[in-house]
Amino acid sequence: MKRVYVNEEWCLGCHLCEYNCAYANSGLDDMVKALKGKPIFPRVHVEDDGKIHYAVSCRHCTDPMCVKSCIAGAITKVDGTVKIDRNKCVGCLTCVLVCPYGAVAAGPSGAAQKCELCLENSCGAPACVSGCPNNAIVYEER
Amino acid sequence: MRDHFIYPEFEVVRNENRCIQCRVCERQCANEVHRFDPELGIMLSDETKCVDCQRCVSLCPTHALKIVKSDCRLRENANWSDETIKEIYKQANSGGVLLSSMGNPKPLPVYWDKILINASQVTNPPIDPLREPMETKVFLGKKPDRIRRDENGDLVTETTPQLELSMPVMFSAMSYGSISYNAHASLARAATELGICYNTGEGGLHEDFYVYGPNTVVQVASGRFGVHKDYLEAAAAIEIKMGQGAKPGIGGHLPGAKIVGDVSKTRMIPEGSDAISPAPHHDIYSIEDLRQLVYSLKEATEYKKPVIVKVAAVHNIAAIASGIARSGADIIAIDGFRGGTGAAPTRIRDNVGIPIELALASVDQRLRDEGIRNNVSLVVGGSVRSAADVVKAIALGADAVYVATAALLALGCHLCRTCQSGKCNWGIATQNPELVKRLNPDIGSRRLVNLMDAWRHEIKELMGGMGINSIESLRGNRLMLRGVGLTDKELEILGISHAGE
Amino acid sequence: MAEYVIIGNGTAAVGCIEGIRSVDTDSTITVISGEKHHVYSRPLISYLLEGKTDTEKMKYRPADFYKKNKVEVIWGKAVKCDSKKQFITLDSKEKLHYDKLCLCTGSSPFVPKFEGLEKVKNKFSFMTLDDALALDKVLSKDAKVMIVGAGLIGLKCAEGIADRVGSITVCDLADRVLSSILDSECAAVMQHKLEEHGISFLLGDTAVRFDKNKAYMKNGAEVAFDILVLAVGVRAETELAVQAKCEVNRGIIADTRMQTSNANIYAAGDCAEGYDSSIGANRVLAILPNAYMQGRCAGINMAGGSDEFSNAVPMNSIGFFGLHCATAGAYPEDGEVYEEKYSEGIKRLYIKDGRLHGYMLIGNVNRAGIYTSIVREQTVFDEEDLNKLKTNPSLAIFSHETRRKKLGGVV
Repeated sequence: MKRVYVNEEWCLGCHLCEYNCAYANSGLDDMVKALKGKPIFPRVHVEDDGKIHYAVSCRHCTDPMCVKSCIAGAITKVDGTVKIDRNKCVGCLTCVLVCPYGAVAAGPSGAAQKCELCLENSCGAPACVSGCPNNAIVYEER
Repeated sequence: MRDHFIYPEFEVVRNENRCIQCRVCERQCANEVHRFDPELGIMLSDETKCVDCQRCVSLCPTHALKIVKSDCRLRENANWSDETIKEIYKQANSGGVLLSSMGNPKPLPVYWDKILINASQVTNPPIDPLREPMETKVFLGKKPDRIRRDENGDLVTETTPQLELSMPVMFSAMSYGSISYNAHASLARAATELGICYNTGEGGLHEDFYVYGPNTVVQVASGRFGVHKDYLEAAAAIEIKMGQGAKPGIGGHLPGAKIVGDVSKTRMIPEGSDAISPAPHHDIYSIEDLRQLVYSLKEATEYKKPVIVKVAAVHNIAAIASGIARSGADIIAIDGFRGGTGAAPTRIRDNVGIPIELALASVDQRLRDEGIRNNVSLVVGGSVRSAADVVKAIALGADAVYVATAALLALGCHLCRTCQSGKCNWGIATQNPELVKRLNPDIGSRRLVNLMDAWRHEIKELMGGMGINSIESLRGNRLMLRGVGLTDKELEILGISHAGE
Repeated sequence: MAEYVIIGNGTAAVGCIEGIRSVDTDSTITVISGEKHHVYSRPLISYLLEGKTDTEKMKYRPADFYKKNKVEVIWGKAVKCDSKKQFITLDSKEKLHYDKLCLCTGSSPFVPKFEGLEKVKNKFSFMTLDDALALDKVLSKDAKVMIVGAGLIGLKCAEGIADRVGSITVCDLADRVLSSILDSECAAVMQHKLEEHGISFLLGDTAVRFDKNKAYMKNGAEVAFDILVLAVGVRAETELAVQAKCEVNRGIIADTRMQTSNANIYAAGDCAEGYDSSIGANRVLAILPNAYMQGRCAGINMAGGSDEFSNAVPMNSIGFFGLHCATAGAYPEDGEVYEEKYSEGIKRLYIKDGRLHGYMLIGNVNRAGIYTSIVREQTVFDEEDLNKLKTNPSLAIFSHETRRKKLGGVV
């Protein structure tokens, strides 16, 4: 299964992945309209540690902690992709409590959200990957 | 101290309706032009530092930025242009020699753009490159001047060492130090994949790139940086750099600040010391001395590698080339006045040297006249910008061309011409690891391969149009060219007729 | 073909079913469900009253879960366990044989013997879906509600009904809210948030006597109410384990394989007293994620597979009216306690012997999972990385090589 993987040596810490992610998942068709003048909720997070940078997003683990921990049973694994059912989520953030990568966070409505590989939004394939100017994140099988 | 006389050359125009304050411009500008002001909640710009490299423009996700030349201009004056006046201010401020990077930007004639190519129609059929085989391969080196047979009557096919190229283009010399490790990695990998060569320039060959040796031309320049036995052994060919189109008559200069780590190790000089190449090779004071060096290098490498002599295109280039052709060199590389550089004195770059088109034509003609054209192959460089320029160069007499600026553009260079600052935002002309990271050789080498593949196809299309199916048949084929808007003298030197004739 | 019987129909039972099925797809699984509902998660009942979920969305697994996993569900109560002959007897007198038994009986509300409690007409526990549905029927815009118990359950109930009733008063014997997971300082922040939404507190106090609509407090106050909710505490359901002569303490003692002292009986969830790695001893860890993981571990081992759950720690994620709180691990006072305070928020890290033993986060709980995982894994760090830990939870505390495995490979 293809996942988003990080090539840490190429990440420039530009944070373009975060903005492309927030836009792709906004449901709107204009980036300015989606992101201007409001707090953004990207599902990928760039960590800057001095001169080292890398993007962290859901690993779609083989045995996901979030799936085991969700009190509403809202997180499931579908064909290898870990998905959150927003209708079932009550925003308790237990998934945030247990994700070892810090990849889940509360979204704008309070429900939890995380990378779902852009499979169901207008992008079709991870927007963070296509927006990266330096191949620091890739979408491939490993 | 800020020079009050010089207004910032560029203005950063930010469309506030589109800016989402993502701060990508701030993070990616090595010149620290942009910053986010948390109190005002908007991005601010300090134009005094902007060099118009357009990194921010390219990466801005909402296309909110553009860089424009400031229209704050001094009063119009055809003689004392804005730029000329500013240069005087700079020199009055600093007392120094003006330095510039990349090639001559002055509006002097570009002869490539005044030369037109033939196409076959009625009498000769054109050839369709997608349906019929076409040969773009070339061999550079001394060619035999007649057919020889041995005692059995069989053809003698041995030649002096040849440099085989899958297409008549090579990446020209750019030293490790003036450009980054990742830029070299991109060039080396692309050259290997394409079956052509790249040139180390006078910075030596980094040990990680010895593996690309079969596609490497190593340079022996006047400073002899990085020259040792393994260096010569690793190469496919050795180039003696007598001169460079951008700065004929002087040697290279890399400031001590850039001589760090691997750059210092590869050049074999101490860290922090300025790498100044002397103007002449101090062991070459005559053409006989040059011959001696050519043969020393051949002896050292057991006569297995072709030796190239690179000169800048200057007055009497034909006579100079004639001398080199008799010195034992296998290939002559001529670099025209438009050639690029990491850093050169502005006045030398803009005023010294002659156009490569004229130099090439006169050298090719002189060598033919003297019956020694086959002694050497000719490689020319100095602003070969497209496949059309390549075809024209070959038709004027070149065996192959050198490209450098075009290669850098493929890697992301935006020709802002501030390489000498060492803050190249594209990771090319810098040794700062944070900036070098921006050039990912996976991406860089792929773009170079793409560019050359595109040019190869275009060369075939142009050749096919002429009814020619191999580079050999195009070389020196002046009949395929016509000039337009050229004086009689220019036409004479180029050896081509005027369009219409 | 083995016969598996699971007593209970909650999260631990689901874990057990999925654990068994990951190893054995054919043997029969019978679930004895005391509540006549499709499996739902108990923590969601307050959200049901709040309107954030409904009985359909509350289902912990899809409607076809039992069918897909070939599970037979019997509505009833297991009243007897014969561990020698391996039989369970239901209240319907039906007898069931088991090869392996899993006790997922959870816990029940503990109701202290308050004087006069029998006079109160509208009194409710707040444990099950039925409790919530019953409470839902009596809520009204002018009702006065009294909740006994300011722990996780009592406060969630308060949050759930806050917009639907007139007033809420919460009392607790402890001197602070959420006394099982927070200290005074952190608890005060949470309490303040609840008070902002009209909930009043009587702490360090208890009712000594009840009348039909009034509670008489030890400290002298009299609290009038229309509805009384008792959320004092819970007791693990260990009756069957006792009958089976399993070792029982506060809960059913289970090892890291979730096996009780009886080789054919396993225990998981709120009824079990499994291994807590933060204290290195057994303890009841009544948290849903632990219930699931214990259940799955038990199921795998019951079916002949091999699994161990040895890194369970206490952990909680709870929020009221948008103010979140995340805690995990243990809180040794004799190490370094790193604290940061900001408006409506506290961050506290308990560091000792080069590792993070536990943490409390009030307000900003972003990426707390990174802290939780290093608490669980008991990872040791050097000084520099520990300092990075203090600024923000981030993967910068790991080496480049570790990150390459975590972010550059399949995990």
